[in-house]
Amino acid sequence: MTRFSAWSVFKAGLSGQKNWDRQWRDPEPRPEYDVVIVGAGLHGLATAYYLGKNHGAKNIAVLEKGWLGGGNAGRNTTIIRSNYMMPGNRQFYEHSLKLWENLSHDLNYNVMFSQRAHVSLFHSPAARDAAARRYNLMRLTGSDGEFWDLARLKKEIPHLNYNHARFPIIGAAVQPRAGNARHDAVAWGYARGADRQGVDIIQNCEVTGMEREGGKVVSLQTSRGSIGVKKVGLAVAGNSSRLWQMAGLGRLPIETHLLQAFVSEPIKPMLDQVVVYGVGGAHFYISQSDKGGMVFGGDLDWYKSYAQRGNLPLVQDVSECTTAILPCLSRVRLLRHWAGLMDMSMDGSPFICKTPLGNLYLNAGWNYGGFKATPASGWYFADLIANDRPDPTIGHFDLNRFSRGANIDERGAGPDPKLHG
Amino acid sequence: MIRIDCPYCGERDHAEFSYGGDATVEYPALDAPAEEWHDAVFLRENVRGVQRETWHHVNGCRMWLIVERDTVTHEIHSVQPAHGGMARSLNAHRGPEKPE
Amino acid sequence: MNAKRLPEGGLIDRSKPLWFTWDGKDISGFAGDTLASALLAHGEGVLGRSFKYHRPRGIMSAGVEESGALVTVGEGNRTEPNVKATTQELYSGLVVSGQNAWPNVRFDVGAVNSLFNRFFAAGFYYKTFMGPPLRGRGNGTGVWMQFEKLIRKAAGMGRASREADPDTYEHGHLFCDVLVVGSGPAGLSAARTAAGAGLDVVLVEQDFELGGDWLNHGDKSSREKRLGLLAEVEKAGVRTMTRTTVFGLYDCGTAGLYERVADHVSRPESSHPRHRFWTLRARHTIVATGALERMFAFGNNDRPGVMNVNAGRAYLNRYGVLPGEKIVVATNNDSAYLAAVELSRAGAEVSILETRTTISSQLMRQAGKAEVSLSTRSAPMNVRGSRAVTGLDLAVTAHSGWVAKGSEPCDLLLVSGGWSPVVHLLSHRGVKPVWNPAQACFLPGETSEAIQMAGSAAGIWNTRDCLVSGHAAGARAAKALGCDLPQVEAPVAGGWKSAIEPVYEISVPTGKQKCFVDPQHDVTADDIRLAHREGFVSVEHLKRYTTLGMATDGGKVGNVIGLALMADALGKEIPEVGTTTFRPPYTPVSLGALRGRNVDEHFRPLRRTPMHNWNLEHGATMTMAGLWHRPWYFARSGEGLSEAYVRETETTRASVGLCDVTSLGKIAIQGPDATEFLNRIYTNPFAKLPIGKARYGIMLRDDGLVMDDGTTWRLSETDYFMTTTTAHAAKVMAWLEELLQTRWQDLKVAVTSVSEQWAGSAVAGPRSRDVLAACVEDPSVMENEVFPFMGVIESVLQGGVPCRIARISFSGEMAFEVYVPSDYGPAMMDMLWEQARSAGGCLYGLEALGAMRIEKGHVTGAELDGRVSIDDAGLGKMASPNKSFIGSVLRKRPELLREDRPCLVGIKPRDPGETFNAGSILCEKDKVSGMGEGWITAVTHSPALGHWIGLGFIRGGHEGWTGKTLVAADPVRKGNIDVEVISPHMYDPDGERMHG
Repeated sequence: MTRFSAWSVFKAGLSGQKNWDRQWRDPEPRPEYDVVIVGAGLHGLATAYYLGKNHGAKNIAVLEKGWLGGGNAGRNTTIIRSNYMMPGNRQFYEHSLKLWENLSHDLNYNVMFSQRAHVSLFHSPAARDAAARRYNLMRLTGSDGEFWDLARLKKEIPHLNYNHARFPIIGAAVQPRAGNARHDAVAWGYARGADRQGVDIIQNCEVTGMEREGGKVVSLQTSRGSIGVKKVGLAVAGNSSRLWQMAGLGRLPIETHLLQAFVSEPIKPMLDQVVVYGVGGAHFYISQSDKGGMVFGGDLDWYKSYAQRGNLPLVQDVSECTTAILPCLSRVRLLRHWAGLMDMSMDGSPFICKTPLGNLYLNAGWNYGGFKATPASGWYFADLIANDRPDPTIGHFDLNRFSRGANIDERGAGPDPKLHG
Repeated sequence: MIRIDCPYCGERDHAEFSYGGDATVEYPALDAPAEEWHDAVFLRENVRGVQRETWHHVNGCRMWLIVERDTVTHEIHSVQPAHGGMARSLNAHRGPEKPE
Repeated sequence: MNAKRLPEGGLIDRSKPLWFTWDGKDISGFAGDTLASALLAHGEGVLGRSFKYHRPRGIMSAGVEESGALVTVGEGNRTEPNVKATTQELYSGLVVSGQNAWPNVRFDVGAVNSLFNRFFAAGFYYKTFMGPPLRGRGNGTGVWMQFEKLIRKAAGMGRASREADPDTYEHGHLFCDVLVVGSGPAGLSAARTAAGAGLDVVLVEQDFELGGDWLNHGDKSSREKRLGLLAEVEKAGVRTMTRTTVFGLYDCGTAGLYERVADHVSRPESSHPRHRFWTLRARHTIVATGALERMFAFGNNDRPGVMNVNAGRAYLNRYGVLPGEKIVVATNNDSAYLAAVELSRAGAEVSILETRTTISSQLMRQAGKAEVSLSTRSAPMNVRGSRAVTGLDLAVTAHSGWVAKGSEPCDLLLVSGGWSPVVHLLSHRGVKPVWNPAQACFLPGETSEAIQMAGSAAGIWNTRDCLVSGHAAGARAAKALGCDLPQVEAPVAGGWKSAIEPVYEISVPTGKQKCFVDPQHDVTADDIRLAHREGFVSVEHLKRYTTLGMATDGGKVGNVIGLALMADALGKEIPEVGTTTFRPPYTPVSLGALRGRNVDEHFRPLRRTPMHNWNLEHGATMTMAGLWHRPWYFARSGEGLSEAYVRETETTRASVGLCDVTSLGKIAIQGPDATEFLNRIYTNPFAKLPIGKARYGIMLRDDGLVMDDGTTWRLSETDYFMTTTTAHAAKVMAWLEELLQTRWQDLKVAVTSVSEQWAGSAVAGPRSRDVLAACVEDPSVMENEVFPFMGVIESVLQGGVPCRIARISFSGEMAFEVYVPSDYGPAMMDMLWEQARSAGGCLYGLEALGAMRIEKGHVTGAELDGRVSIDDAGLGKMASPNKSFIGSVLRKRPELLREDRPCLVGIKPRDPGETFNAGSILCEKDKVSGMGEGWITAVTHSPALGHWIGLGFIRGGHEGWTGKTLVAADPVRKGNIDVEVISPHMYDPDGERMHG
């Protein structure tokens, strides 16, 4: 396979782009694999990649009912940050950010991670102090974080609504190392990387059943035949509950909701940072893509749903949030809005854990924070599958944490899945 | 916009309501074992298809309703007051169904 | 392109000339023109530059599918980038400029990109710009971010204003029986039929004229038919909306409408919004959105002077512009012939390149009669000229594809590669379109919803059948809605004499030119093949890898060609590659319209207490508390926040202070089971609360963590008055209703929010009783013996104002909360303030309230942040061991009972002169790193103690840390301050003052 570089691009230009190979193979499923990951989304692909790279695992398949990276991988607002403070989350997302920082080189695929800074506005002294706790913890644990006062903020982002805001902006908590990446490239980069490790990525292969024997999964029924398995990892956002029930395991602490995302027509660069805020019941995030579109989003649609399409009240709400903070954008036009399925957990934090079945592992419940988690999620899930025990960092990412009372609730919203995010 | 036919107010936008959750969850007695409470509070069937769920007509009559809704298509099949007594008196008020 | 305005013809009004400027040049057009038609009439060829290669682009269409003529309209804070010249109505004073070019679109330095375009194939940026991999020196993101700066500058099309938009926008709501989308023959016919049956019909048209395709017809009879049907539609009572787009169909018959109220005038009238966003709810929807003409791919098919055939026809018949002198029409279907004939009759020299071998004799006759020359099995393979078409290189079909054969000069090339029905709205509903090989297009799929497709949106190609189709849909809608109307069979897709020939690309073996599939984003046929080579073969991968269909036209023109080329590369049929899923909006919608009036100070409602003005008149500086404005402090002259709150605290503790507490949630809890209900929702016992007493209560969530706190007053056997925190007022109310209506249906309790009904003031301080005694009609009710701590009375203020008073204290002083019916709020304040002032008292705001509660160690939302147990908050004693309540089981989960959980503590600086910040992390002195031992939630200067104090949480609570020096680490602001942890009850720990 051709190594990607400026030189290879130059050569391709001279040869009419004829020298490129497939970025990943299109293999037929084998009768049996040592490890099968269900779901070729970002997390599944990353898991397969690290299984090969970190653990030397061979004979791995990733099964995908549609096309790889066709779910939430391509339906998010591409924000990467590590401003989490709860024990476990803090270390996990920091590890993820570190992996992001070198991911393009690691994968030999430009995922376009741009560390353009994540600027979290605050509007009251109470909100400022709550942010201080978070950003102080980040600093004390070796991450980056800083506060911008109003003067600095006005200098960095002059056209925010400083004069007529319903909730006056008083400053911002900033993570300079945070930013955006190109979401599709992450899926493709991991797919190409996994494929290079010998992983079979099998698309259009839907898992329709699981055969159990003696507390283990022995084979998966798929739309492309039965596949024998030694170990199975589930990484199927939006379908976790269904697969869980397929394994005969009952109910999960998960409810599936839809989250809309929005992009405007492309315009010349107007916003260099990721800007987020939450006030007055609003929750909003915006950045500008390299193509020039303003990419933004807000809350869930507030009702449980498996429909990959949202409704107008949120379209309206998110537009209000946009122009509340960037009043110049009301003459810019919304180009597209779409929705993805979010597996919302009961405390807003994910699961990377063992299950009641000895060789079945679960990666689920990413709420709407799954994109930034991709590298660490793959990293620790691969580690869990390879070694059959959780790394201490993900010690509380298990299903029993609610029985123990070890909820990881970044928002303090309580056991109502729609309130997390 | 999902349109919910509130038995008290008529058909309204879902934006007037707030979604509660799975209406089939049975909350145990206040002194029931922790395991029962755990299951009721934290575990969900997460139905893909028609589910019984609660909605609160928060910007309307403030009644909690039980709605049968398809979580894939958002099609609504029925709406009833969540309170059994309220549902009975409402149905009595509406009069008996006419024989076919 | 030698276009010219014809002396007569078209729907423009030549008696109304309009002046506008294009890149600083004054140009005129006529009423009824679009910007595109006026520029075309004036011979302007290059109007834009493409996204990636900065290739010159001109007008490619006459409608919403425009991909070339994207311009910037307006100036200053009314600048609007990326406007399609083909949909912009002309008006006098319109200011238009070119975009995505420097110095201008006619000569653009950025076109240098074209020289390197062989390197800029689809996805090239994924393969480079990463930095040298040499020994990790290029690691990180630095190299990419340098390149990214250049890439960002080059991308992005038009430039938007940084200034706030001065115009206003509105929201509206509509209801109807039948929504008809599109006012072409099918739409008009459907609307007439449905309205004729007595239904309430709304007909929505994106154009500024009704008529759809009829507007592009040149013959008199079409015009008469259009006007006749319009009259009937009007007579039937159809509500018509022009300049309005149904941009999306949503659940349960809801549609989103985007009305451009004032985009055809230089400024909206002062009483008008610029745009309106309508939410329309229809019982039935008929989608008659027409079809869009495709091109096919061949060399340099993006040059100014290449457009679709229907555009040529529209410019001629609707706008009275002959778009070229020597016109070549390239087609693979029958629809182009009429345009060719009409253009020839209007004076152009027209020749047809027909890809098919045979066509109907009727069409041949028509062409011949109009002196249009016709070459079959022919097509353009390359366009000559760069900023304008000068001629074509031609190709003919040989046994195995296309081969070059000759050339032909021309100044305009019109292309028809077939038609794509506008199935977008149905696609929004999740209905996949179905490929129809005979018509070479996607047709709408089946839906169980009350939505019908009619006319050419259903693949019906002739006007007569479209009329029938519309009528059939109207009749079906009427029947579905209970009207007895004779039903008509809808025509099936089709309508051409000879079948279309599926042609998507004219490719000759030696061709090296760029053949555009999706011109706006510079996606070429080679890009599609490269995507195939690299394995991006599904439609979803294809579009993401090449950006096919992601431009502002949303793939209206390019998607089908892209799919077809991929199918060809795979050796499969188009449906096997996939169908395209269209997402709303159909055409872009201004964010202004969507936000309506909810902007700036009106972004969210502002809640004011009945005493809001009273507070302002008495010198309040306000602060935010959720949606509320509440007094923050009452500065006297020369005071700032710090001076004011310290004085307010001192005054209150010394004599008396008044504070508006109206924003607290207030709930009436009434009924025979009210006591039992309260006993279940609060952790502490309420069963034996006497009438005339209040109790502080804490409620937990189901999971055993603290939800809210407040006081509940017992007014009678069956009547309680509950207060909640300001922040959780709505949540607690909904929660109580949920419990009563779902879980505890047997309890006879009614809960009613009375937050709006009562205005309240805290009266705190040693003189508080005196102040109130002077205000009530009967001062004896205030005496200590009859009104002890936690007592409740219902009484009357002087002047006969009914009131409720409880002796409760948040400040730690002897204090009362007094409530009167809301309208009496200001009168109550007048009365209280007169007394308080003469007692040497003050008004105090949230800052002083906070200072006093911190001194007392009382918790608020800063501490009760949703992660805290009742034990963590130091209130474990309030959890009754003798009863069950909400959360009583799950609060005993093992992790919640750990001894080393962070517990509420007080904090003071080691050096009494030091200050420290809320949000600091508490660390051991020798280990200022890691997750720390605790954190600080709130700080204040304590006038009572003479130094700064704070509240916070630390592992295990304060006992284990007594006497130790800790560090309050605040690296993001203040750095490290040495502090000590103490009991949270820092002022009057035994509560003597409030009981006194």
